[in-house]
Amino acid sequence: MNAMLSIAGLWKSFAGFVATRDVTFDLEAGELHAVIGPNGAGKTTFFNLITGHLRPDKGAVSFEGRSLIGLPPQKIVRLGIARSFQRINIYPRLTVFENVQVALIAHAGQQWNLFRPGRSLHREGTVELLELVGLAGEAAETAGELSYGKQKQLELAIALASQPRLLLLDEPTAGMSPQETAETIASVRDIAKARGLTLLFTEHDMAVVFGIAERISVLHHGEIIASGAPDAMRNDPEVRRVYLGEQGGHG
Amino acid sequence: MPQRRHLVASAIVVLLLALLALLPLAGSRYAVDLATEVLIYALFALSLNVIIGFTGNISFGHAAYFAIGGYACAILLTTYNWPLLFALPAAVVLAGLVAAVVGYFCVRLTQIYFAMLTLAFAMLVWGVAFKWKAVTGGDDGFTGIKLPAMLAHYIGFFYFTLAVVSVGTAALWVICHSAFGLTLVAVRENAVRAGFIGVDTRRMRWAAFTVAGTFGGLAGALFGMYHRGMYIENAFWTESANVLIMVLLGGIYSFVGPIFGAAALHLLQTFTNQYTPYWPTVLGLILLVIVMVLPEGLIGLAARLKARRGKP
Repeated sequence: MNAMLSIAGLWKSFAGFVATRDVTFDLEAGELHAVIGPNGAGKTTFFNLITGHLRPDKGAVSFEGRSLIGLPPQKIVRLGIARSFQRINIYPRLTVFENVQVALIAHAGQQWNLFRPGRSLHREGTVELLELVGLAGEAAETAGELSYGKQKQLELAIALASQPRLLLLDEPTAGMSPQETAETIASVRDIAKARGLTLLFTEHDMAVVFGIAERISVLHHGEIIASGAPDAMRNDPEVRRVYLGEQGGHG
Repeated sequence: MPQRRHLVASAIVVLLLALLALLPLAGSRYAVDLATEVLIYALFALSLNVIIGFTGNISFGHAAYFAIGGYACAILLTTYNWPLLFALPAAVVLAGLVAAVVGYFCVRLTQIYFAMLTLAFAMLVWGVAFKWKAVTGGDDGFTGIKLPAMLAHYIGFFYFTLAVVSVGTAALWVICHSAFGLTLVAVRENAVRAGFIGVDTRRMRWAAFTVAGTFGGLAGALFGMYHRGMYIENAFWTESANVLIMVLLGGIYSFVGPIFGAAALHLLQTFTNQYTPYWPTVLGLILLVIVMVLPEGLIGLAARLKARRGKP
């Protein structure tokens, strides 16, 4: 069987600093896969390369057999890959409701409709998604005024609105309280399973990683140094040395 | 209660239109002329706000489309003897086409670079109006515009302006509140995120630029007919700055804001000029107040006052 997402020999450097070093990586459909690694290991760059935010220096990325190299983000989303961001990336002046509604409008290709009132579209779909991430009560609030954890949930709803087959989450629980983290883990896992999503996510919090992931890849200095089942990773001496042993070290 | 707000808003619009329609009965030509000017500027400012309020970029060259609409309508009516029914739409389409060409390049940039490029193109338009004397009249201006008899009288022209501006405003309202308009706001708020939900942000901004130029051209065509002439000053950057200040004064985050900004600034300018020759100084003070205390314009101020009154 062919991999859903297939990456081969991917390189990216910034002014001589190599952020992604010869990464080869396959993701099977339906997998819940975590990419872990210390700060600065190149996790976000890796996501940016997949989603078209950055262009790789070298290498191949293909999704369901189609090359993504050179495609802008808006084209890649339409192929079925959506993402959330490590740093909050919402529309702060719009309401929570509109944040999701716009994503549904764009997904339906209605952004070129100059006549139909935007606020009347996809109201049910928006409510559904907000309920899914537990934000139905905050629908009318200004998105920028939500708590950090809730803004993260909103990010998730926006990403889901694009009805992706592959969902990339960049540190979905960063900055959340322990309780919010626990809720998010549960909801992400349930949503992914219920919708048959393939999930690729980065995460700092090991509880989250082991709570969701079925497979883990470890990124270190831009290189994937190990890949396998959570238990195997937990016991891998190299992984323990570069990562699990140095937990809590930010910088 | 959005339903009730809808009703109140509709009632205000109807009342305002009725008051304007009755204005000529008051018998003051001065008031009617002033209202005509305010209506034209209101449409001009509304059109600019499609770029500013809805895409988050400042255009410093919006007078270009105003001037193209104005000159084109004037020239077609007078030099080529076209009937108004064809001259006006043709002028508006021309302004829109030029905006589409200019916008194609401008939307590749954002922020200050975008503003400077819009300014550069506007200066080109000014240069054409200045140098192409055979067609535009150069720095003598293009005068003696022929108008249909019905519009030659100031009251007839006022009603014509009221009708055209109302239709133009309604069209802009529909566009700004459409799926397109809501997506534009998302692009303004966060272009990166908008890209990741599948929106081609550059093309959206291009379309917005074209819409703005089209309606700016409509305002310009009315302006030229009203004054029976177009002058190169109408294409100059100071005119772009003037409409920009109207938009900022009214408030960029509200659809109706620019209407209030246009009315306030134009009336203030007219009255100030009656008493002192220091309008530029007053304008400077107004700008100062906008930047320091009214970043969201008069509409933002009204919203703040309402919020304060709402709290015990």
